[in-house]
Amino acid sequence: MSAETSVLFDAPGPKALIRHRIIAAIGVVLLLVIAYFVIKGLANPENDQLTAAKWVPFIEWSSWKNYLIPGLIGTLQAAAISVVLAVIAGVLLGLGRLSQIAVVRMLCGIFVEFFRAVPVLMMMFFAYYFGLFTLNISGSALPLFGAVVGLTFYNSCVIAELVRSGVHSLPRGQREAGYAIGLTSGQTLTSILLPQAITAMLPSIVSQLVVILKDSALAYNIAYLELLRQGQNLAVYEGNLIPTLIVVAVIYILINWALTRVARGLEARLRTGKRGIRPGPLDVGANPALAVEEERQEEAAAGDPR
Amino acid sequence: MDALRTLLDEYDVVAAFWMTIKLTFYGAIGAFIIGTVIAIMRVSPVKVFQNFGLAYVTLIRNTPLTLLVFFCAFGLAITLQINLAPENSPTFIVDNNFRWGVVALSVYHASFVAEAIRSGINTVPQGQAEAARAIGLPFLPTITTIVLPQAFRGAIAPLGNTLIALTKNTTVLATIGVAEPALMMRNMLEFNISLLYAIFFIMAAGFVILTLPMGLFFTWWSRKLAVQR
Repeated sequence: MSAETSVLFDAPGPKALIRHRIIAAIGVVLLLVIAYFVIKGLANPENDQLTAAKWVPFIEWSSWKNYLIPGLIGTLQAAAISVVLAVIAGVLLGLGRLSQIAVVRMLCGIFVEFFRAVPVLMMMFFAYYFGLFTLNISGSALPLFGAVVGLTFYNSCVIAELVRSGVHSLPRGQREAGYAIGLTSGQTLTSILLPQAITAMLPSIVSQLVVILKDSALAYNIAYLELLRQGQNLAVYEGNLIPTLIVVAVIYILINWALTRVARGLEARLRTGKRGIRPGPLDVGANPALAVEEERQEEAAAGDPR
Repeated sequence: MDALRTLLDEYDVVAAFWMTIKLTFYGAIGAFIIGTVIAIMRVSPVKVFQNFGLAYVTLIRNTPLTLLVFFCAFGLAITLQINLAPENSPTFIVDNNFRWGVVALSVYHASFVAEAIRSGINTVPQGQAEAARAIGLPFLPTITTIVLPQAFRGAIAPLGNTLIALTKNTTVLATIGVAEPALMMRNMLEFNISLLYAIFFIMAAGFVILTLPMGLFFTWWSRKLAVQR
């Protein structure tokens, strides 16, 4: 059942159309009432967050130059480094989980299950203090280290699961063909299965980028100068917390929305492509745990022992 | 080992994880209610509600939870003085942050719940809704009595994953000083850096203990409720 060709309700007749319009009107009025109270709350003279003066900083170049753009660069920097490291580590971990050697398989399995369960913020705190006291990192590199390590550990585990399920979802014939032309199981994995699995994972990896970008805001807590922290600095300076948070939220939403569109586009291209690669589930991919679980469900349903 | 014991005497780790459980409990209820309403809106025949549902999911899913939490605690509570706890109570600040934290968690995870339920609705065979319409049920009774009960069965796995994500995401409330494990971990590390690994392992293990059984339970439950079609 999809929303477009819904069978949940009949095509509305004349009476139903009128009823729908009335309900829609009530809905709009309700939303307007809520909007009215929100705006009234923002505009009341005590907090005074909605006057033009509070928005002026956003048309001045200096606040963009000194706060928002450096913040955005900080966010993108942490996200970019993390995604590269996470993909590398994730592919290695995923290969480890597919290894022929039981010990490697088990160790990678424990690693993935453990770090998938640890909240990213905790990992960041750990990495921050580890960097501070064990590696003696100092200055602005320290919060970046904390942020990148925190993001990388969690997301590499998610990507490892994506790799594993991607390889499992390939047709059996691919592996058999590899063996048939005399490749070893390792060669089959790296030269036949993995390239296809990664292509199929591409949309999910882009969706994962959205998760990484959102999670990078957690680095606020270890004083990393990302978008939220810089926004707060600007807000403290200008005394316009709410307008600033709205602008920061819009920036996040625009970037993440664009990334989601890219992921959808990639998925559509893969789906219509000539080759037999089928993209993994994308909608659930925005929430990493979902994608992995759904794959598992499919695995379980297919009854594939491994 | 002694140092660790004194540390554990000083910090009530169990209380911190009890806070995680409370936040998860209330957050899950809030997210489930809001998410169900949004999911119904998204499949409703009225365009305004469809668009509102779509806008909600798109906006909230693409906003970092940290920003939402920050907005609730610093924007709505401190700047706009909108309080969810009685101001004269001695635990006002703690209660207010806790409640705003639950609101932020509910609002954020509701978008994932809505998507999970919508995917669940997609697993219900068309004939079910057609049969409901055939016996003359209008939209709301169709969805609430026929489609949703079946959709929940199909949505157990993604709903369970959202709950696990919610459990882990309660740590984000450390941003606004809710006394939960991540905040406690930072306070512990601040003065006991020699115990870095032990502290991290204890706190991380707490989350493994909380989320691992949850994952197993939901996998088992979704299989139990799965309908062969």
